[in-house]
Amino acid sequence: MSVEFDQKIHDTLADANLQLAIYGSTARLKQGRIDRVGELPDYQELRTQANAIKKHTIENLDYYLEEFERNVEARGGKVVYCKDATEVADFVLGLAKEKDAHLIVKSKSMTTEEVDLNERLEHHGLESVETDLGEYILQLAHEKPYHIVAPALHKTRYDVADIFTERLHVARETVIEKQTAIARAVLREKFLAADIGISGANFLVADSGAVAIIENEGNARLTTSAPKVHITVAGIEKVIPRAQDLATFLKLLARSATGQLLSVYASFLAGPRRAGEVDGPDEFYVVLLDNGRTKLLPDRAKRQSLYCIRCGACLNTCPVYRKIGGHSFPWVYSGPIGAILTPQFMGVAHEPALPFASSLCGACGEVCPVKIDIPKILLELRSDVRKSEAREKQNRLEKLAFRGFAWLVTHPALYEMAGRIAASMAPSEDGGWISRVPPLMNLPPVKAWLSQRDLPPPPRKSFRELWRQR
Amino acid sequence: MVDQLFPKVGIAMAEVLERVGYSIDFPENQTCCGQPAFNSGYRAEARTVARHFLDTFEGCERIVAPSGSCTAMVTHHFAELFEKEPETLARVHALEKRVWEFATFLTDVAGVEDVGARFPQVVTFHDGCHALRELGIRAAPRRLLANVRGLELREMLPAEECCGFGGTFAVKFAELSGAMARTKIEAILQTGAGTVVSLDPSCLMQIQGALSRAGSPVRTMHLAEVLASR
Repeated sequence: MSVEFDQKIHDTLADANLQLAIYGSTARLKQGRIDRVGELPDYQELRTQANAIKKHTIENLDYYLEEFERNVEARGGKVVYCKDATEVADFVLGLAKEKDAHLIVKSKSMTTEEVDLNERLEHHGLESVETDLGEYILQLAHEKPYHIVAPALHKTRYDVADIFTERLHVARETVIEKQTAIARAVLREKFLAADIGISGANFLVADSGAVAIIENEGNARLTTSAPKVHITVAGIEKVIPRAQDLATFLKLLARSATGQLLSVYASFLAGPRRAGEVDGPDEFYVVLLDNGRTKLLPDRAKRQSLYCIRCGACLNTCPVYRKIGGHSFPWVYSGPIGAILTPQFMGVAHEPALPFASSLCGACGEVCPVKIDIPKILLELRSDVRKSEAREKQNRLEKLAFRGFAWLVTHPALYEMAGRIAASMAPSEDGGWISRVPPLMNLPPVKAWLSQRDLPPPPRKSFRELWRQR
Repeated sequence: MVDQLFPKVGIAMAEVLERVGYSIDFPENQTCCGQPAFNSGYRAEARTVARHFLDTFEGCERIVAPSGSCTAMVTHHFAELFEKEPETLARVHALEKRVWEFATFLTDVAGVEDVGARFPQVVTFHDGCHALRELGIRAAPRRLLANVRGLELREMLPAEECCGFGGTFAVKFAELSGAMARTKIEAILQTGAGTVVSLDPSCLMQIQGALSRAGSPVRTMHLAEVLASR
């Protein structure tokens, strides 16, 4: 485990206020999901259907991307394929230069977080403003999203008051509605003045060449309609075949994400403003991003990772996420989905301990609306980490220990003897549980266990000994 | 784990199974199913142990385990391990149908819900993750507990949240695992129950370890131990 990962986990666990904020917010989202999906009699059938649509699409991704592209262009839009972060930034910068643009408004998009778009644009002197309230708070605080759906989930209203006071130079305000009004006043001006709007996408609909954006604040609708130029940045896996497939996904998305029946706004954007229309951009671009996604396609077991619709349900239900929060994770995607996407997009060496930071409880797989078998993928990734370690000749002691374990448990007589020796060394506190052991026994795993919990006292006789005496 | 740390659980399970009319054999070559290696990413080592398991239990009519997690390893993951070995895979498929978790063996195979147990205490039940989510076991242990004389079951909220054990996770991420255990024991203590019952010795070791560290008198028991009480 990297020192950084370990330290972030420790710091988050040690921060009592942060623990309360994470636990409380995720509890509300978690319960909301449970209540709303409980009302759907065909919930499991919908999951099966959503999984089947995603599976079919990912297996025929080239076909549907081409169909999407044809239909976007038929409506006067343009599709741009980008392989990585640099290509996305170069495209946006080039367009901004061409249009003499200075101000960009953005609606919430994990994909743009993935390629550090704001930082790259700001580096070249452009002002890029987040307009989702949570994202705006984080941009002011210079932080990355804490959660896929609720980016500022870890911030209390008092934290927000501090951030607004410091960055916006306004009087300290702790009432949430009034804080929203402060942000709204700033952002309205930005919407009106912006040259370019950048959004993400929830779905790219192949048969209609449309971008579907699901949101609650209306900022995405303004972002995509007020500025003269609109750019959607989306991962290639966001494509779905037909508009009618949205009937399946929209029933699942808001319920799984926030416990809403539907989100407040569902916008369908297809091309630039046409003659006679009052709203909409003059130019409409869709950037389709690879950034590692195509690397997953050949892998039969793991490519289902691309089915994700970014609802965040796996984060809210995950007992690990609920303790270590979003910023402990080594990349922008956190929680169980982050634990499977990060090693696949960035390589297992990015943080080799990540797939192991799970008790494999399976709660994530149970709530996933598109039925991604996250625990299975974590297990596959653990095996990938070991293969990479073997190639790099790392972690040889642990490998040796597991080889020894496999050897010992396939030699029952020696296994029994080893068990008896270990038991005879352990202290016995009159049948009570053990809180410390002699130095010789205080091996790293024992020490780690005892740092948190007591150990069972060794029984006088093993089961097999008792069984023989019966 | 039962053999080396919790032998009473094994004896209790044998007693209950005998009480409902089964004769028990304990193949002495048995050790482990290989899950620790599998979950740690060491698949070759897991295969070695799994092969030993297959050899040991080849001739058994039914195999009953006092653990949902070990059962799930055999019935859900052995096949993954031997995907590329058709002959071993056929052996796995023949075996996995005969492997049962203790509570569901009683309700689904033996067809028994009342084993004549008596345990006049207030208990709460912890769902082990693999029993619950991989094997889909929720009702069986509760039905068995409902038929224990004198026993009152008080559900904790939530019963299905992980205790934080997770095998090597418990020591690799000790602080995190400990924090998860403490959240679990808060839920347990809120019920006012004196005993926590579960299907998995590993969950019970984690929960009892945390209870003991917190100085709580609440104790843990495997379902088999409760059902063996009279």
